[in-house]
Amino acid sequence: MDYSQLTLLEQAVLTLSALIMLTSFLLLAQSRIVSLINTFATQGFFLFLGTCLIAQSSGRYHLYITAVITLVLKVFFIPWLLRRLVRKLDIRGDVENVGGPSLIMIAGGALVLFSYYVALPIRELSTLATRNTIAISLAVILLGMLMMITRRKAVAQVVGFMSMENGLFFAAVVSTYGMPMVVELGVAFDVLVAAILFGIFFFQIRAGIGSLDVDHLNRLHEVDR
Amino acid sequence: MIALYATLLIPLIAAGVFAVIGHWKHAGTLNIVVCAATFATSLQLAVNIFNAGAMITPGGMFYIDPFNVYLILVNALVGLTTSIFSRPYMAHELKIGRVDNGRMRLYHSMFQGFLLTMLIALSTNNLGILWVSVEGATLATVLLVSLYRTPESIEAGWKYFILCGVGIAQALFGTVLVYFAAENAVPGEGSLLWSVLQEHADQLEPTVLLLAFVFLLVGYGTKIGLVPLHNWLPDAHSEGPTPMSAILSGLLLNIALYAVVRYKMLIEPALNNHLPSYMMMGFGMLSFSVAGILLHRQRDVKRMFSYSSIEHMGLMTFAFGLGGPLATFGALLHMIVHSLTKSAIFITVGHAAHIAGTQTITEIRGLIRTQPTVGWTFLLGTVAIAGFPPFGVFTSEFLLFTATMKSFPWLVVPLLVGLAVAFAGLFRHVQPMVFGEPPEGQLPVKANMLPIIFHLVIVLWLGISIPQVLANWLDQATIMIVGKGIL
Repeated sequence: MDYSQLTLLEQAVLTLSALIMLTSFLLLAQSRIVSLINTFATQGFFLFLGTCLIAQSSGRYHLYITAVITLVLKVFFIPWLLRRLVRKLDIRGDVENVGGPSLIMIAGGALVLFSYYVALPIRELSTLATRNTIAISLAVILLGMLMMITRRKAVAQVVGFMSMENGLFFAAVVSTYGMPMVVELGVAFDVLVAAILFGIFFFQIRAGIGSLDVDHLNRLHEVDR
Repeated sequence: MIALYATLLIPLIAAGVFAVIGHWKHAGTLNIVVCAATFATSLQLAVNIFNAGAMITPGGMFYIDPFNVYLILVNALVGLTTSIFSRPYMAHELKIGRVDNGRMRLYHSMFQGFLLTMLIALSTNNLGILWVSVEGATLATVLLVSLYRTPESIEAGWKYFILCGVGIAQALFGTVLVYFAAENAVPGEGSLLWSVLQEHADQLEPTVLLLAFVFLLVGYGTKIGLVPLHNWLPDAHSEGPTPMSAILSGLLLNIALYAVVRYKMLIEPALNNHLPSYMMMGFGMLSFSVAGILLHRQRDVKRMFSYSSIEHMGLMTFAFGLGGPLATFGALLHMIVHSLTKSAIFITVGHAAHIAGTQTITEIRGLIRTQPTVGWTFLLGTVAIAGFPPFGVFTSEFLLFTATMKSFPWLVVPLLVGLAVAFAGLFRHVQPMVFGEPPEGQLPVKANMLPIIFHLVIVLWLGISIPQVLANWLDQATIMIVGKGIL
């Protein structure tokens, strides 16, 4: 693809999708909880900008509603909720040592390559410049999963989970200009409820095992020992 | 039409009302009344569909056909019988202080919320809403799994939340891909509607659809409890309150399987190959075999029966993957008999756990002497789920094996071995629980056995003779799924 043939708006969308993936990598490596939440909010903001640009360049103005939902939910509400929980649980200063950071980064890079490989048949079908970003959205989903696997703190796992949601959302926007409105609202509602439930769970876990380290959740086994 | 809206509105309103008055001392009774009303309206809905054929609401929001309406009916029925059991059970839990008023509100509200999300998942025409409501079912039950706030139940709840959340996210990606594939063939907003997509199935883009099916199978498969994505299931089913275990095992797994089957109906005709079928058969067979073996090594009685659920869901996934009228008919029948039997067993296990004061298998002894009704139903339920004649599980498994014999004869061997292994695993644990020497001072509890007996009688009836009405009905569903019936 010759990038100079694209309109300025489309080039901006591509840049933003690169930035979204970059924030995913930042999330993987970030060890301080507060900066983790800030990075997540940044990712949400890029998502918001990207959605607005796609809405503008494609003329599908209902995407603006979607973008506003993202802004409210992913940039303001969820980070606010997480920051509040972190303050209440008094874990602001927590630093989590991410085990084997270079290995995780290599794994992340491999996942991106894998996503491009998987998305190949889709890209060949694409009629739109922005559709090549579907591989990036898949990569963001997989990087979120990788983050959930490598982290031990419950808060970090939740950030990984929400960043997966970002990837899904981005996939819907770049591949099909968003889902139908009713589905979009339903998904946003689910994410909202999930965020609140996660908050409740933090307190339950803390009360139950005295720590937010999910390594301590190890009482149930597949078979009896 | 009115019956459909009533079926959805009743639990919706009830969930809201119970959030306020769920701790009222007659809330359990009200819960039964609400479930009975839902059951009545869904029965009316089923009769309408049976007489008039598939129905679609104006605007295309809901689509009811013979396939989903019978699941709606099973849903409402099991919801009703579980609510009858739940009233004395939760009263007992409140009395011994395992839950307080706030949690009773949560429990009753989410009980209805859970039934609501499942009913929406079954009746919706929009594949996106299907996803939203399956995820909604997770959200509704996740706090109920951790209701007792013990470290184990919190761990189970967290695992359930994270694993199902991540799994179901894959299904959303699959849904996006289906939408993408449909966008060119079907213009406009209709391209996520089941009724529209089905008409255009042959114009959809095959490569994208195959990719979508992989994501969908992994996503909804997590929810079905297919091995190796099953890790959350035994924990979630064993740590929550027993009425929840009954509806999780009996109903939720069916919904996820329903979603997969719907997508298979849509995707396979577009592909010109049978990869989706083979994937379902593989996953199904793996789950069936592994769960049967894991059954042997359990200490908790509810965990043991959760593995039995994985085993049966594996069998059904295998059957739907096998395709063909006979296997599909058998799988549909198996969905009903498994739901009824498994919820009956969980209810009995709840009573047994109250008698013994624990869920540990080695400490539950001599049920048949302490309380013969519980002991006998426990034994009969286990006999039924293990697939003995004359119960309905035998009939459906027999149909299934006959179908397997025709298309893949060599696969009958692992299936039979798996059944034998699971049977041995169940009976080695259940026999001492029922016939063993009861500990000193073990007393009977107040138990309402009517729901269980009702379930087992239906299962027995289906095993001896399937009523003509139901047979026709399942045949209609089979024709929908594979294009050919067996009658």
